Amino acid sequence: MPESKTSTDTTNPMADPAARLALTDTIPNVPGVSKPDPILVVDNVVRQFGGMTAVNVDHLEVQRGLITALIGPNGAGKTTFFNLITGFDRPTSAKSRFGSSEGAASWAFDGRQLGRTSASAVSKAGMVRTFQLTKSLNRMTVLENMMLGARGQSGENLLTCWLKPTWLGQEKVIEDKAKELLSRFKLLRKKDDYAGSLSGGQRKLLEMARALMTDPTMIMLDEPMAGVNPALTQSLLGHIQALRDDGMTVLFVEHDMHMVRHISDWVIVMAEGRIIAEGRAHEVMADTAVIDAYLGAHHDTDLSDDSLLEDMPGAERMHRKAEAHEEEVARKGAAATKEKNQ
Amino acid sequence: MSTNTPESPTELVHQDDSLEADQTDIELERAARRKKAVIVTIAAVAIFALMWIVATTMSGTIPSIFASVIRSAVEPQTAAVAIAVLGLNLHFGFTGLLNIGQAGFMLLGAYGFAIATTRGMPLPVAVLIGLAAAAVFALLLGVPTLKLRGDYLAIVTISAAEIIRYTGRLSQLTDWTGGSQGLPGSEYRDPFVALSFFGSGSTTIGPLSYQNTGVNGWWIRAVAWSLVLICTLLVFLLVRSPWGRLLRGIREDEDAIRSLGKNVFAVKMQSLVIGGMLGALGGIVFVLPASVQADSMGRAMTFFIWTSLLLGGAATVFGPVLGTILFFSVRILIRGATGAVVPSDVLNTQQADQFSWVVVGVILMLLVIFRPQGVLGNKRELQFNA
Repeated sequence: MPESKTSTDTTNPMADPAARLALTDTIPNVPGVSKPDPILVVDNVVRQFGGMTAVNVDHLEVQRGLITALIGPNGAGKTTFFNLITGFDRPTSAKSRFGSSEGAASWAFDGRQLGRTSASAVSKAGMVRTFQLTKSLNRMTVLENMMLGARGQSGENLLTCWLKPTWLGQEKVIEDKAKELLSRFKLLRKKDDYAGSLSGGQRKLLEMARALMTDPTMIMLDEPMAGVNPALTQSLLGHIQALRDDGMTVLFVEHDMHMVRHISDWVIVMAEGRIIAEGRAHEVMADTAVIDAYLGAHHDTDLSDDSLLEDMPGAERMHRKAEAHEEEVARKGAAATKEKNQ
Repeated sequence: MSTNTPESPTELVHQDDSLEADQTDIELERAARRKKAVIVTIAAVAIFALMWIVATTMSGTIPSIFASVIRSAVEPQTAAVAIAVLGLNLHFGFTGLLNIGQAGFMLLGAYGFAIATTRGMPLPVAVLIGLAAAAVFALLLGVPTLKLRGDYLAIVTISAAEIIRYTGRLSQLTDWTGGSQGLPGSEYRDPFVALSFFGSGSTTIGPLSYQNTGVNGWWIRAVAWSLVLICTLLVFLLVRSPWGRLLRGIREDEDAIRSLGKNVFAVKMQSLVIGGMLGALGGIVFVLPASVQADSMGRAMTFFIWTSLLLGGAATVFGPVLGTILFFSVRILIRGATGAVVPSDVLNTQQADQFSWVVVGVILMLLVIFRPQGVLGNKRELQFNA
């Protein structure tokens, strides 16, 4: 991952909003569109639960260095998709040990194939996630939670861990790093409290900070704002943008449209397991497919009650539209018969 | 979005102010906890010393009860169980592995050691064979179950321990395991006894009077309790390290640890193997002054081990040893007190013994309800249900 390391310097081009706009301008708003520099490429990921297809993604690319939001109505398969690509679940379409790999699920992160890897291997590759239901380690202190995140700890090797001098130096470095991150997330004064005593929002912060202890190339946040108060949300948004400006790629699932519009550079919309739209936030939200997915295609019609329909303000317009449509059909039919007759 | 940004001055001031205050709070709390631990230790030692003095200087019913309590506290088999409890503490207290078959590990260690010795292996090799048998057993149990949820390990360990016990009792294996008769200690004990440098004769210290070497004398007591110390030190060194932190992380939430890129399966396996080997070592010590009897390390033994662990406090370093000593000596105290107070036509000696087990059961229930963290555990750690 040398390229990700070099992009963490101050001259990261993606820190400039104009550069991001220029970049996203070049990408057409087509579901599954290819990106100039994708960090994650996903193909044919299908997950079925019995007869229900929860996720069915043909192709998806995530651009390096941007904040990409994954949105969609409840049950769209966003979290399942997260679980699949981070190794916490296996696609139904996974490549079997024998037989052809035609149409089998495959995804590559930073050029590395991750089709058959475990959750820890995915994380080691640099793609680190958080969970929708926060997984703080309750009966450990906040600082211990953080220090567990650090990579390559020699003290975690069973054969040498009983010799304190072999890990003491590294432990100090990790502790300093953890404290610095905690102070960034305003949790430093809680460092010796048990994580179980934190509030829900603070646990979200802790989980995000812990994920950052692994120095990820890409961070995947599953509903980072759920249950977080507005003031904290504001600061979390700042943190996420700071991560992007430091050169990290961010992919997050969120329901709060306000927030999605506020910080995301690119939005991917899922519905019923499929990617139905992609684009910049305001463009995607104007997309009829997206509105249909969120509100239903007939969201301004009430199909059960005709009398109510008459009274509705839009009813007359709808009637007119319907009449116009009928007229159109009739006209076309007439024209067709005319043509046939000639 | 909101006018209340976190950079607002009020919050920053609050933060800086309370940082210092919280630090001192935590320091105070730690000091208080340390003080409490010291008081508990001093109280335990004082009670023990009092019983010792009474038992040595006086005669009568009470001093003889105290003497038997002290004798059971330093019994080599108490030490043996303490070692097995240390292993279970690594499993359950630190890693969260529900091993309900620790007696199986003990039995396997005992069989491995005893059979190897009867086949002419030197003592160190025989001990290693006993430990290796437990390690292989742990691997066999762990491979299919450690990837599943915790409950499965519980089911597999309890049944596997029973399988070992019944296999040991098989009459077809009489040549190896002695079948249901077991292996008498005289068949495998000699190399260990021969190592003694305590000489012959016997020594009396206070209420304790044993042969210097003998079958069940000072030699086996010294070795057994030294092993307890060494194993406690080993567990202490392991759990204070980042590896121990990893264990506790796995106990709290495996998936979180997986998402941080750690190999959870390997670490759980390491814990299972080490704890199992401690169980085997306990089993070897357990049979040295006695004989290898499959039924002496059955389900009842597993539950004694669990009770001792909960009594002392899971996920503490000294809890297992303290819990085991308490478990065995308090029962003797109850038995002696019952025998002294209740007339023998109401409860005879055998019934008094059974009654002591009933009381131990009631004490365990009260303990779990009113002090779930055990004697040495930290209550704060138990307030959050993971």
